[in-house]
Amino acid sequence: MKRCLYCQEAIYLRVTWNNVVQLNSPSSLCELCEEKLEWIEGKRCVVCSRESPANCCYDCKRWSEFYNGKDPLIRNYSLFTYNDFMKELITTWKYRGDYVLGTIFQDVFKQQYKKNYSFIMKQAIVLPIPLSEERLLERCFNQAAMLGQFISNDVQIGLSRTLSEKQAKKSRFERITMKNPFKQTERLNKPVVLVDDIYTTGRTLRHAAQLLTENGCPEVYSLTLCRA
Amino acid sequence: MKKIIQLFKQRQKRDMDKTCSSSVKYNEQLILDKEQLQQYAARYDGKLLLEEEFYLPTSLFTLLVREKIITPTPSITASFFTTTCKRCHQSEPQYFATIHCARCEKPHLYCRSCIRMGRVMECTPLYEWTGPPMNWPVHRAPCSWQGELTKAQQHAANRMVKTFEARCSLLIWAVTGSGKTEMLFPTITAALETGKRICIASPRADVVRELVPRLQAAFSSIPIQGLYGGSRDNDGTAQLLVSTTHQLLRFKHAFDLLIIDEVDAFPYHQDLTLQFAASRARKEESSLVYLTATPRKIQRQQMAMNQLDYVFVPARFHGHLLPVPKFIYCAKLQERLVSDELPKEFIHWLHTRKKPSRQLLVFASTITLANKLTEVLQTLFQHDYALHQLQYNITSVHAGDEKREEKVAAFRRHDYHVLITTTILERGVTFPSVDVAVLDASHDVFDEAALVQISGRAGRSQADPTGEVVFFHDGKTNSMVKAQADIMKMNRRAREKIVGEDE
Repeated sequence: MKRCLYCQEAIYLRVTWNNVVQLNSPSSLCELCEEKLEWIEGKRCVVCSRESPANCCYDCKRWSEFYNGKDPLIRNYSLFTYNDFMKELITTWKYRGDYVLGTIFQDVFKQQYKKNYSFIMKQAIVLPIPLSEERLLERCFNQAAMLGQFISNDVQIGLSRTLSEKQAKKSRFERITMKNPFKQTERLNKPVVLVDDIYTTGRTLRHAAQLLTENGCPEVYSLTLCRA
Repeated sequence: MKKIIQLFKQRQKRDMDKTCSSSVKYNEQLILDKEQLQQYAARYDGKLLLEEEFYLPTSLFTLLVREKIITPTPSITASFFTTTCKRCHQSEPQYFATIHCARCEKPHLYCRSCIRMGRVMECTPLYEWTGPPMNWPVHRAPCSWQGELTKAQQHAANRMVKTFEARCSLLIWAVTGSGKTEMLFPTITAALETGKRICIASPRADVVRELVPRLQAAFSSIPIQGLYGGSRDNDGTAQLLVSTTHQLLRFKHAFDLLIIDEVDAFPYHQDLTLQFAASRARKEESSLVYLTATPRKIQRQQMAMNQLDYVFVPARFHGHLLPVPKFIYCAKLQERLVSDELPKEFIHWLHTRKKPSRQLLVFASTITLANKLTEVLQTLFQHDYALHQLQYNITSVHAGDEKREEKVAAFRRHDYHVLITTTILERGVTFPSVDVAVLDASHDVFDEAALVQISGRAGRSQADPTGEVVFFHDGKTNSMVKAQADIMKMNRRAREKIVGEDE
């Protein structure tokens, strides 16, 4: 019997033509948990993927001003809103270290990558946001690298993290004014798709993007699981 | 990736160098410093921990391992068919998954069952203390409690002391409000006087939080610690521990006396890993006491077949009978509750309570219903003249409530007059003078044990030994009828006993 990866309840599959012919692989969550995942739907900000009626949201305008009209991050695409269920799921996955929970998103993450970044897929480099060495040894895996491996077989490491402060507990002001925690270890001359788990203020991704564009990278995009 | 691994190896090397150079010093210290070793023994003897849980500097830790004071044991063992986590003893395959570990660069298993207590991985062992064992101090007359036990309590307490001396197990079946905690005092005293280690475990964190201050008051000179997820002092170094059953997973052969309060409560009664943890936490020669007001089927069978010694305490400590629940039928109760409408029977009951000064505890079947009821009742109290004059304050609690502890404490201080709760407050908590109402008692969450426990919240003090218990329902269920019959049966036995004592 198959069980829900998150709540361990038994999953009873309804037999339909789709799963008889094995067109789509069955979900690893039960129906109840699946319902609690909140997809970002409807009109969204073109830059940061937040659900908003305006074409470009207020935060992104501020970012554009911050960088004098040259926002290093051209576009971010997120799949889910960061609701309470997602928060819990990501805490168990990332902080408690329940590694397999990441595989819930394997298929959808790949699908959305293909759908939204088809125009650069062939030449683009997939670059997960790195963890600091200390944090990696503590957690034993990098959640962003795991997401990166879902969409590409050739995940690169062009960055390294020097500062290892946790972002999650900072205020917006502290985040915006913090120093760039990254260092570039390799020169990349192709467009880059950054991969991370959560887009909160966009600070981390823009730090990385800024560094990459300064060192000759033509375009930086990003794909994240959640938009907080 | 490679770079990171290189860095890690460098760091390991550096650490090794450090320990080599400082080990000589430590060796000298170890020989000299037995006191320090006893301090470590108090912290780590009888525990089964991951390396992160030691909170020792790496150099000292490696030294202790090398001196065989701390010994590693494999954390996950895989035989041909089954995999077992050595901490929680889980062996169901769905609780194991593979992680691509960055520390050892290999994919291997980890346990998902006890991941909330810190991840157990195949590549990192569990450690136990094999150094000199901890000698717990002997206390003289540790009990500072002045009260007196009733006859029934004294009888049970004597049996318990005997069990403790004979190193066997006993079940105490005592009705709600019979003063179980006080019955424990003679046994705890006996254990402390002989320098033994004691743990009182309960499946509920609320019970732990309530027990600690009561015990501290009774044993004022003894250090007592309460262990539960997120508790403040959680190093578990005290001689007398109060702990949730989950926290017992970190112990191995630690206690001479283990008391499990509310054995029949969720999640202990159906979680085999917790039952395993409890049996492992005891020393090989130790005594075990179960406390319950509502034994489950398994325990009843064991008692009937003489496999488990037991004492039955039918009377409450103040000698009054248990309040018997009253059933009030409300047509279409569920539909009405969903559409924000209070049943008129409930409102009528609010108006006609015998003692309106009593606080009111309302049990709701679900969290959403509890929240909804709060709003609806608040508007009712504003608009209804008779109730408005009483100036009731309302709040609600449920398992996920961040302010749960505060709200319960505020209710105890009489800051709130009405508390709406889910089944989390069904057991182990004492409010001196309350009336109890269950809204939608026909719901599945209220099983027989839960309903008996809920009824037992009323009339728990000497000053106000009675209280009203009302089940609002839209169709009697087996659990309701059984619960009522159970309570009446216990009352009958109590009456017989009281009459018997008079003769």
